[in-house]
Amino acid sequence: MNQKPAVVLTLLLLASLALLALGVSVGSTGLDWSHDSSEMAHQILWQIRLPRSLGAWLAGALLGLSGAVAQGLFRNPLADPYLLGSSAGAGLGVALSMALIGTSVGANLWLQRLGLTGAAFAGTVGGVLLTLLLARGVEHTLRLLLAGVVVGVVLAAITSLLMLMQPDIMRTMQSFMLGATGFLSWSSVVIMSVALCLSLLVALGASRALDALSLGDATARSLGVRLSLVRVVLIAAFALATGTAVAQAGMIAFVGLVAPHLVRNYCSTTHGKLLLLSSCSGGVLLLGADILARGLLAPQELPVGIITAIIGGSYLLWLMHRATRRRQA
Amino acid sequence: MNGAALSTRLRSVRLQDFEVLHDIELQLQPARWTAIVGPNGAGKSTLLRALAGLIPADGEILLLGKPLHDWAPKQRARTLAWLGQNETGADDLTAHDVVMLGRLPHQAWLAAPSDADAQAVRDAMAQTQSWDWRQRRLSTLSGGERQRVLLARALAVQASVLMMDEPLAHLDPPHQADWIDIVRKLVARGQTVISVLHELNIALQANVLVVMAKGQVLHQGLASDAATHRALQQVFDHRLRIAQLDGQWLALPHTPASSGSMP
Repeated sequence: MNQKPAVVLTLLLLASLALLALGVSVGSTGLDWSHDSSEMAHQILWQIRLPRSLGAWLAGALLGLSGAVAQGLFRNPLADPYLLGSSAGAGLGVALSMALIGTSVGANLWLQRLGLTGAAFAGTVGGVLLTLLLARGVEHTLRLLLAGVVVGVVLAAITSLLMLMQPDIMRTMQSFMLGATGFLSWSSVVIMSVALCLSLLVALGASRALDALSLGDATARSLGVRLSLVRVVLIAAFALATGTAVAQAGMIAFVGLVAPHLVRNYCSTTHGKLLLLSSCSGGVLLLGADILARGLLAPQELPVGIITAIIGGSYLLWLMHRATRRRQA
Repeated sequence: MNGAALSTRLRSVRLQDFEVLHDIELQLQPARWTAIVGPNGAGKSTLLRALAGLIPADGEILLLGKPLHDWAPKQRARTLAWLGQNETGADDLTAHDVVMLGRLPHQAWLAAPSDADAQAVRDAMAQTQSWDWRQRRLSTLSGGERQRVLLARALAVQASVLMMDEPLAHLDPPHQADWIDIVRKLVARGQTVISVLHELNIALQANVLVVMAKGQVLHQGLASDAATHRALQQVFDHRLRIAQLDGQWLALPHTPASSGSMP
């Protein structure tokens, strides 16, 4: 199935609008289409459901963009936003900030100022920087990937150790690890909007280099691409997008991995359009999953990461199955 | 070194800790087709990559008389086009998108492709007879079709020097003949073509042969020269013979059992 990118973009935007409408209608009691004009209903709609729905779409868009950047940069369809030590760094940032609360007045003041979202963002950026340091720069993508694996394993081990030493932080950590859209506010929406605009603009600026890079380092270099500069710029966009999404909504699985594949399944396109479409498809995926998380067992709410893992994993399995059948045909 | 399209004095080229090339001196004249030949492991592809500035080399390389590292990346990319061996990837791009990448060195940052870019892509795809698949994804093309698209990508650069590493991989004989035709037209227009080739019968149709063995250039000379033929026979342990058929030089496998059947 090969559609024009403009058609896919239109469909994704329509789906986004439809899901936003659905998102503001789904509450703890399931679907609610009534037009209650009370102050309470107004508050629920404007202060809880709308920022949550917009926030879920934006977090998904950031992860979709980050996944498309990672897959293009590393020429690896299995690359996702949680490479390069970003997720383990975020996890350690959150665990460390919770473990340090109450240890001293200075630490308390610092952590209050930073907050859990700030700690997660700082952890993400720290994890990526540590990976770059261990890989001795951005020259070798394989070295970068391996350094990312090492940083991921070591930082995750430190996080586990902290949780063992302070079991009371486990519940918050679990919520962070499974992803949570319930706390998204208007300030989250503003922060993620700014991060999405910035990282998308930066990534779009390097999108032609990503196209050239898809033919290999040598060909890209022969076409005049300054590989080191492009890698630094794209890793910065990747870290900003992943760090912001993780800081606001936790570690939501599979959205960043699946969103670019969803786009590629319906249209063949250059990275410029792929980055934009992957953002939109990430937004649609996470908002759709969030609505399911809210509505499936209402009034109870499922962690959104469980829904994205089930949907994303099933979709990848279906893609693999279809590719195998095509090869056999 | 004056007047050469590309000239070099390389002391050595190392891949990791292994010295692949050493003591190489070459002058490649403009408007010529030069084929680099030699047995497996001679260092042909490494030499081409070093000449293109794609791997570090200890020595001097001059492109049109100017040191390679003094060229700005985009200016160099407009002057020297590269087609690598077994270029993989770009499976999700259409054939047209891939060929348009050849115009990247001509485009300003974020600028849309110009009419000249579109025309160059059309011409290059017409030359390699790949225009009909312009909307197909690269992943849906056969090996030969894919190679023709990649060749069009290199042609679309419209560089004065074109380097190709094993460009005939996956091409059937009629399309190999088309490739020779394209190269001869480029040379007739004044462009310089440097190719690494395994197919000796096609290499013998080049203007100049660079014969390599064990990381060194053993001989550089006209493809029709007897000295060049002797060098070729030497690097292949005298297990081939070079003969002329209908005015065309051919390299034929030679074993003691077949020695009596040569013309």
